[in-house]
Amino acid sequence: MSGRGLVKRIDWISVFLYAFLVFIGWINIYSTTLSNPDGSIFDFSTLYGKQLFFIIISLGVIVLVLFVETSFFERFASIFYISSLVLLVGLFLFGKTIAGATSWYDLGFLNLQPSELAKVTTALALAKYLSDIQTDIRNKKHQLYALLIILLPALLILPQPDPGSALIYFSLFFVLFREGFPLYYLGILVIIVVLFATTLMFGTVWIGIGLGTLTVLTFLFKRKSTKIPIIPLSIALVLSILFSLSVNFVYENVFEQRHRDRFALWLSLEKDKDKLEEIRKTIGYNTYQSEKAIESGGFFGKGFLEGTRTKGDFVPEQHTDYIFSSVGEEWGFMGTTTVIIVFSLFFLRLIYVAERQKNDFCRMYGYGVISILLIHYIINIGMVIGLLPTIGVPLPFFSYGGSGLMFFTLLLFIFLKLDSNRLRDGL
Amino acid sequence: MKKLLLSSVVIIVGFVFISRLSYLQLFSFSPNQTLEDPAIKAIYDYPERGYVYDRNGELLVGNQPAYDVMVIPREVQPLDTLEFCNLLGIDKKAFISKMKRARTYSPRLPSVLVPQLSKEDYAGLQEKMRHFEGFYIQKRSLRYYATNSAANVLGYISEVNERDLQNNPYYVAGELKGRTGIEKQYEETLRGRKGVKYIQKDRFNRDIGPYKAGKLDTLPQQGKEIRITLDKALQEYGERLMHGKRGGIVALEPKSGEILAMISGPTYDPALLVGRERSRNYTKLHYDTISKPTWDRSILAEPSPGSPFKTLNALVALQEGVIDTSTKFRCYNGFYVGNTKRGCHCGGGMRDLNSGIYQSCNAYFAGTFRKIYGKYKTTDEGMDAWEKHMKSFGLGGYLGTDLPTGRPGRIPDKAYYDKAYGDNRWASSFIISNSIGQGEVAATPLQLANMTAAIANRGYFFTPHVIKSVGNGSIDPRFTEPRYTTIDRKHFEPVIEGMANVYKYGTARWVQVPGIEIAGKTGTVENFVRINGERMQLTDHSVFVAFAPVENPKIALAVYIENGYYGARYAGHIASLLIEKYVKGEITRKDLEKRMLEKTLEHEYAKPYSGEPFKINEYVW
Repeated sequence: MSGRGLVKRIDWISVFLYAFLVFIGWINIYSTTLSNPDGSIFDFSTLYGKQLFFIIISLGVIVLVLFVETSFFERFASIFYISSLVLLVGLFLFGKTIAGATSWYDLGFLNLQPSELAKVTTALALAKYLSDIQTDIRNKKHQLYALLIILLPALLILPQPDPGSALIYFSLFFVLFREGFPLYYLGILVIIVVLFATTLMFGTVWIGIGLGTLTVLTFLFKRKSTKIPIIPLSIALVLSILFSLSVNFVYENVFEQRHRDRFALWLSLEKDKDKLEEIRKTIGYNTYQSEKAIESGGFFGKGFLEGTRTKGDFVPEQHTDYIFSSVGEEWGFMGTTTVIIVFSLFFLRLIYVAERQKNDFCRMYGYGVISILLIHYIINIGMVIGLLPTIGVPLPFFSYGGSGLMFFTLLLFIFLKLDSNRLRDGL
Repeated sequence: MKKLLLSSVVIIVGFVFISRLSYLQLFSFSPNQTLEDPAIKAIYDYPERGYVYDRNGELLVGNQPAYDVMVIPREVQPLDTLEFCNLLGIDKKAFISKMKRARTYSPRLPSVLVPQLSKEDYAGLQEKMRHFEGFYIQKRSLRYYATNSAANVLGYISEVNERDLQNNPYYVAGELKGRTGIEKQYEETLRGRKGVKYIQKDRFNRDIGPYKAGKLDTLPQQGKEIRITLDKALQEYGERLMHGKRGGIVALEPKSGEILAMISGPTYDPALLVGRERSRNYTKLHYDTISKPTWDRSILAEPSPGSPFKTLNALVALQEGVIDTSTKFRCYNGFYVGNTKRGCHCGGGMRDLNSGIYQSCNAYFAGTFRKIYGKYKTTDEGMDAWEKHMKSFGLGGYLGTDLPTGRPGRIPDKAYYDKAYGDNRWASSFIISNSIGQGEVAATPLQLANMTAAIANRGYFFTPHVIKSVGNGSIDPRFTEPRYTTIDRKHFEPVIEGMANVYKYGTARWVQVPGIEIAGKTGTVENFVRINGERMQLTDHSVFVAFAPVENPKIALAVYIENGYYGARYAGHIASLLIEKYVKGEITRKDLEKRMLEKTLEHEYAKPYSGEPFKINEYVW
């Protein structure tokens, strides 16, 4: 394959959006971690210097990926997947503990996080399995295998403990839905989440009354011709009520106080205003500071390097998970909306690119990439702006961290490499 | 559907995020947030509060340093607690609990350990302080009073509360603010403006340099000194005379409306409300609900004015043309309202204007009052005319002084009586008590003094005020505009003649001041009190208004002594002493002075609370 052909065929729009996000991300890391304004940006003792170093490494990763034979990724997908599972298991023996989570291998110059690697390999493995000519997504047994591919790494990551990373794998359900996995599974998932939240907010009695009213209304306003399956409906009703009751039990007896506090904060369950404020400032300290920092940016922001809360290091983890709050404070509403719009365009472009694939494996892998990046984006920004409870996941391409940046880059550019090859026959 | 699922998620999430961000950054955003930002600390530079001087340039209020012992808990090293407690003059238990409180507040921020040490305590502590790590002394400025009187006029300052902070963004918790008196009225003048320096902080509250390179910082503006119109010597002398008596005294300079003295009895030393004992003293004063030392009787008490009010009725009758100086009324040792007889102490016989005033004849003024109303077809019209004249003397409404409190007194109008008796159900006989200053009329001592000043000026007055000058500037022009009464100048002379005769032949002939011609009017006011639901009559209030000298008056005053019996007995004597003190500068009648300084009326005030039957208006000294 010639380099010239590659330059022509690669999707430059995606590459450009990627580069833009990495650049903006670095600018904000620079602002949050700057302590000596006279220092060089190549000073590798500083975090922004280190991140610059990782960006250069990522460039190396990109070059490497682009010159690898395309079929390599599909052919060895299972092996990659199994190796990453082995690495995850290995953590129980050789893992390095940082901030309470045994999620890293200490490689000396870099802490490697196998859960990051596993995101790539799981996406590949899932794509490979689903694109196999013998796999039929409508077959229950095959559905189960696909679920296992997704859930196995998640189950290994959960006890590290790293629930945030484990949660990411669930995004791969989007791939399944795209490939014909029945959509009502999604419906059930949504109903479960809604029931969970509403039970906490209103209590089982009101859920019962609400569901009952809904049922009665359905019967009242149905068309004469429509037949309602009475038995499944009643089972669903009973199950919902039982689920609602179990939520109360789980919430009171299985959850710990810190979990309850997070929910209390997120759903405003605490009715006492002062107490809620108290929780906001203690349990919700990170989110509180982050919201305040974003709020104080206003429309235009305080300007680059002028963010007082950013400078004062008020938002914890601001260069990693809470990097978006620095955008909010220094660049204001203009900056935050720009980032949201660029991210959205990026995802829409990737979806477009995925849909134009003729090869099933490429499309499925593409969907895997998009799902993983999208779920990071949703959970991270949702948390930083106070819409979601605190779950520690980084913002792709933005957050400080070499391992993260490298694997997100790897994830993306394998897809762009596959895409660049789409007009050729076979792989 | 399945192809659009992910795209719709992207777009919906984008919308949700942008709406949340617009809520945060566009709607919740407040541009005025520098002070709320925990990353920016404002360090204030407080200017010294302005000094207050009296009319002669004598210092009344200054500032004194006070020393707070501060502690930063985490910097404290093990220390000899016993020695330290001895130095501070607190016991070990208090020390431990204060340390605990400071640590709870913040281990790294300073807290006050012992507030407001005196200069003497400080001197002893100062050199030993360096042995105690984590403690230091912070200088603060407190008010210092160069007089122990005039607390009611000077007012006091205290720490701002939640409400002040909400109402006025200038103040920051812990700052001081004028609460009453001129400290309140001239708060902004005296206070000046604090300077501010903004410091960028990190989340450990460490300084990391000036915020925006100090562009927003300001320098403090000094508080201005003010001069007030009080005469320190007269004020102090008046308060000494009020010893053991309740009531109010106001002395004015008629030609300017300046308040020379404003005394409320009982009063308190203004220094009580400064320093470490402040709160305990305040509670004690505030909860004394019987003698009410914090209630300024000179401007808040609204008793009936009594006989001094007769002079105004005479003026109104002259102005209305219903009497002249020779109009006579017969006094039957009283007068009749219908078939009821009301008493009079003047001795009876034919009374004209002059003797009516100096003998304070009730019958004469009842007759005069009837004539005023007789001029008009209806009592309503008569009432309107009468009310208009009375109000032109500053009665029955706020005078508009520059003191933050005050009461309007009362000049009843027809609406008042319509409400009390019903429309057209009353006549001049119902309200005849007003002719002699009893009944429904009410006035503060300040209003009485002002009314006297208007007579002294023969027809006009200046709004009474306490401000003399601010820094080098001038004062509010509303204090230098004369306010004219509705009475023509020519009618004042016969009334003033009558008032001068009060001293020569009349009710106050025993209280003459050698060498000064005084015009005055006594008053003896019946009064009642309700204790435990039982209405009882107490010894009459002793009232006196006067101005002197008669030609070119320098002082006009009203003295109101609660339960002092007849006008000349306490009020008259005190008024004459004050006039002599102010006009001559010294007292010639030492025995009278001694008697007034020593006599108290505590036995009178104790009577209604004794629970036993008591006599009123006793002729015993």
